[in-house]
Amino acid sequence: MGLDLTVVPPFAGLILQGALWTIAITASAGVLSFFGGIGFAICALYAPAIIRYPIKAFAWLFMTTPLLLQLFLIYFGLVQIGIDIPAFFAGMIGLGLHFAVYNSDIIQTGILAIDKGQHEAGRTLGLSRGQTLRKIVIPQAVRDVVPPIGNNMIALLKDSALVSVIGVVELVHASQLAISETFRPFEFYLAAAACYYVVNLLLEFTLHRIERRIALTR
Amino acid sequence: MTDAKPFVEIRQARKCYGDLEVLKNISLKVNKGQIIAIIGPSGSGKSTLLRAINDLDPLTDGEVWLEDTQVNKKLPHKQYENHINKVRQNIGMVFQHFNLFPHLSVRENITLAPKMLKGISDAEADRLAEEQLEHVGLSDRIDYYPSQLSGGQKQRVAIARALAMQPKVMLFDEATSALDPELVEEVNLVMKRLAEEHMTMIIVTHEMAFAESVADRILFMDGGVVVEEGPPEQLFRAPKHERTKEFLAKHLRANALAPA
Repeated sequence: MGLDLTVVPPFAGLILQGALWTIAITASAGVLSFFGGIGFAICALYAPAIIRYPIKAFAWLFMTTPLLLQLFLIYFGLVQIGIDIPAFFAGMIGLGLHFAVYNSDIIQTGILAIDKGQHEAGRTLGLSRGQTLRKIVIPQAVRDVVPPIGNNMIALLKDSALVSVIGVVELVHASQLAISETFRPFEFYLAAAACYYVVNLLLEFTLHRIERRIALTR
Repeated sequence: MTDAKPFVEIRQARKCYGDLEVLKNISLKVNKGQIIAIIGPSGSGKSTLLRAINDLDPLTDGEVWLEDTQVNKKLPHKQYENHINKVRQNIGMVFQHFNLFPHLSVRENITLAPKMLKGISDAEADRLAEEQLEHVGLSDRIDYYPSQLSGGQKQRVAIARALAMQPKVMLFDEATSALDPELVEEVNLVMKRLAEEHMTMIIVTHEMAFAESVADRILFMDGGVVVEEGPPEQLFRAPKHERTKEFLAKHLRANALAPA
């Protein structure tokens, strides 16, 4: 059969739509994982034990089980107890929480690495512990961990392919649909790979710009 | 001066880290507008004493008073937090390593606390920042970030930031120790200006000449006690205690070696 890329253009609309869903789920899960990561980090470091330990146990659960299994549990499992979440949102929650746990670890390290003098400067001005964290410590900690968080975002983009198995028609799923009509797996998987490559370039470009912008504030 | 009610008072301060007693029963009275310089070798407890005044390093025993308020009041946690946050608004502090907020511009460094704690408007905050920067001679740096400033400029911004809360007393913890020698003078000048404006100041310093020129009273600390205290001319020209003489002689020698 050989490689014949001319089979792809007729399905360009389908693949493009898949790419848009990949971007949509990556962006929404990315936002969830970022703010969720900050929230988990603050709870893990500063919340009273009654909140801290359940959160830590929950985080541990997400870290020690496969993302694929988590997606199955959220989409196919929760229905059984009456929680019916549409595929896109199930995927977003699964991906978002999974990466929130990883981001939380990074952000905690960032918070703990902020110089004690920053806390002291805030407190001596009369700011409360919470105000000092919110306005002084956490913004700096997040700024410091932009590169590793960015790496997680790239990993998230690639792992978003997993939501194809719960029925979200993202890039991988879209290419599979095209393959089932044309029986040309090589061409369409290559097309999907090319799309991931381009989206990743855009993501890296954005991250690079963010890193440049914050360079001044160190 | 002797019968004036003390503005800042430390009563029988003790501070222990485990078995190590770093402050041994120290009492100190500072009147309004007075400038106290605390000198002594490192490890003598002078910074610990200074940091006890705003309860940054809480005392093991003893009391700290600012006017009619006990700073280190024993209160349940929540109430203590409210209390200390209010008290600290009245006590400005300047650190050896500046501790400017690197993610905020000079303007934001100065206005952050007044905006959050005093609820002033953006316009008022801007005016406040301009005013305070003019005071320390850095009006043209208002939109810079700390990373773009020299050490001396950073410390002057840190002073402006503290002053923006309109504190009743200013604490200086070795404010010029981390600076290159040629940058020390600009910070000293700002502090001298504050002294002329009768700000109550407590200064921990290694700079004897500066302490002598600006302070009303010098405390020499060693081993957690105040070994000797008095007006600068007495303490520097005619120290009574052996330990004070030794310390000053060492400093004189060090300074004699330094190029003029």
